Amino acid sequence: MTGTKSILVIGGSSDIGHATALRYAREGWRVTLAARDIGAAQRNADDIKTRSGTETSVVALDVLQTGQLGGFVAGLSPLPDTVVCVVGELGDQSRAETDPGLAMQIMRTNFEAPSLLLELFAQAFATRGSGTIVGVSSVAGDRGRASNYYYGAAKAGFSQFLSGLRNRLALAGKVRVVTVKPGFVRTRMTAHMKLPAPLTVQPDRVAEDIFRADVTRPRDVIYVARRFRLVMAIICALPETIFKRMRI
Amino acid sequence: MPAAALPAPVPSASNPGGIGLSGWGNYPKASSELLAPQTPTGARDHLLARSGVIARGAGRAYGDAAIGTQSTISSRGLNRMRSFDAATARLTVEAGVTIADILAVFEPRGFFLKAVPGTKFVTVGGAIAADVHGKNHHRDGGFGTIVDSFRLALPGGEIVTCSRSENAALFAATLGGMGLTGIILDATLRLLPIETAWLRQDTRVAGNLDAAIDQLESSASTTYSVAWIDCLARGAALGRSLVYLAEHATRRDKDTLGPDLETFPSLRTSRLAVPELFPGWLLNRASMRVFNELYFRRGAAHPGTPRLVHWDPYFFPLDAIADWNRIYGRRGFVQYQCVIPLDRARRVLAEILDRVSRRGDASFLAVLKQLGEGSGSMSFPLRGYTLTMDFPVTDALFAFLDQLDALVVDAGGRIYLAKDARQSRATFESGYPGLAALRDIRQQIGANSRLVSHLSARLGI
Repeated sequence: MTGTKSILVIGGSSDIGHATALRYAREGWRVTLAARDIGAAQRNADDIKTRSGTETSVVALDVLQTGQLGGFVAGLSPLPDTVVCVVGELGDQSRAETDPGLAMQIMRTNFEAPSLLLELFAQAFATRGSGTIVGVSSVAGDRGRASNYYYGAAKAGFSQFLSGLRNRLALAGKVRVVTVKPGFVRTRMTAHMKLPAPLTVQPDRVAEDIFRADVTRPRDVIYVARRFRLVMAIICALPETIFKRMRI
Repeated sequence: MPAAALPAPVPSASNPGGIGLSGWGNYPKASSELLAPQTPTGARDHLLARSGVIARGAGRAYGDAAIGTQSTISSRGLNRMRSFDAATARLTVEAGVTIADILAVFEPRGFFLKAVPGTKFVTVGGAIAADVHGKNHHRDGGFGTIVDSFRLALPGGEIVTCSRSENAALFAATLGGMGLTGIILDATLRLLPIETAWLRQDTRVAGNLDAAIDQLESSASTTYSVAWIDCLARGAALGRSLVYLAEHATRRDKDTLGPDLETFPSLRTSRLAVPELFPGWLLNRASMRVFNELYFRRGAAHPGTPRLVHWDPYFFPLDAIADWNRIYGRRGFVQYQCVIPLDRARRVLAEILDRVSRRGDASFLAVLKQLGEGSGSMSFPLRGYTLTMDFPVTDALFAFLDQLDALVVDAGGRIYLAKDARQSRATFESGYPGLAALRDIRQQIGANSRLVSHLSARLGI
């Protein structure tokens, strides 16, 4: 690879997207932030440029307009070395139970749209013969829970998509796929929630782990914080007859 | 830097959505609704929809300045940097960006801030609102002097730019105005180019208060100067001090005094932390006497020989101990900071120190500094000497501090609002002649019932 590397962050107005882009920019990567809210993305881009001294640009993208994703990827010049998809929406679970429109939006935002988009990157990267795809999923996808099962189900679908994509691309050996499963992260999405301090991390911790898994110490699936891997292993090991009566 | 943990909810009849908030001194505590906007316009929208609100930065004001009587708007989500022009050293940042953030980004590039307070964990908005001062105030002025302009959200929802040439009266009232003129959204600052991360420090020993003031007076041309007073020394040694004088080290200074040192070493990240609920009984007269004696002897070990000190421990020694305010236990403490005009300083400060030393429960140390004129109409500094001490909150404390206030008022001095938790209206009104201008502006912009902190309600601002 010659010259400056570049990264595209899908969901560049989010806190994790912002932190991740800044982490790469500090290493001299050229950053592009894609987001629906272009004003919020520009605010992050200005911050990244001021802190890192690295040029940062923004591009408008609404991932739910799935008909436009093909044109978006085809129009990227140059194609980034790494694409990180941070798109996600927690949604209001109890409202989704009676509002099919909202339920559908949660599933589309967390599963359908990111999967369709990353498939396009997989093809473009494979044609070029290089690239890393980072999908930010969630530990919520490891087991369905009463409090967020639309979000969790969609993230489960996204995790499985990434797993299959990785499997397909590994056989060709050129393009890598990294699945990131954050646990509790202190962001705008969780601002209203009371989070358990020992299991809660800041966005820049997620960013650090993503950079490491992509660049310095390649990994396939990472949990942030790492102790969440154990927590989820225990939660997944509980028999359903017991789990269904628990409030966790 | 980790975000501050949110305090536990304290429901109260008058403020059902409130949580318990206090300043850095953990005294007083009051219930207030805490809002956390994530954008500057979000902060404006909260202001527009509420009354009895005040902005809060990092919560480093000691008393009740950043607790709204109804609601408190945190600026911590306004943490983005906007732009930097290396040619002019102009930096624009949102109000919730801290001095620590700025130094972490720009010190490695050879820039510092010409006015920094005793902790780097304050926000830019808070630094403007308190017009904070540093160890060079007598020479270079306070934080206000490095501010080119800022944007302010007014109670009516209007966002105005303020500088020395645009909305100048509002600019002057906001420097030191304790957030009572609006919410500061962002600001443009002038950074200071530096050649190294080091300070060339000279330590002098002063046997008593007069000697300390002589020392500070004779080194008025030195950029940075401060005296750390051993509060427990009495009699002829009353006010015995270590006087620290310093200049930013040039590259040549560094090559001479510390040839093996890096020019801009990376910051160490490990910090000590004071455990939650540090028992108040550990802080007693005996333990403090031992601490002071050790501190004084260590500092006095090499007087007169210049040495290099990194900016972090030089400017921000207490930042190395996370949550050092917990050392005073559950009841909290009051940091008492007054300024006495030049001509009365020696006599009045001696009187204050004498009363404090006889009382016996004063802080480990007191800090004595020279100040120049303030930048804003409500700025704390005036030409004279400022003395700072910590007192654990006890039942008898407040009557004692009222007596000290009487000495300050009589000498034409004033009490620092960023530290204050208890001064009377009379003390406040006699110390701040700029109050009339602030009241006029609050009337004009419709701030009276809208922008109200516990401090402004207590002092009738």
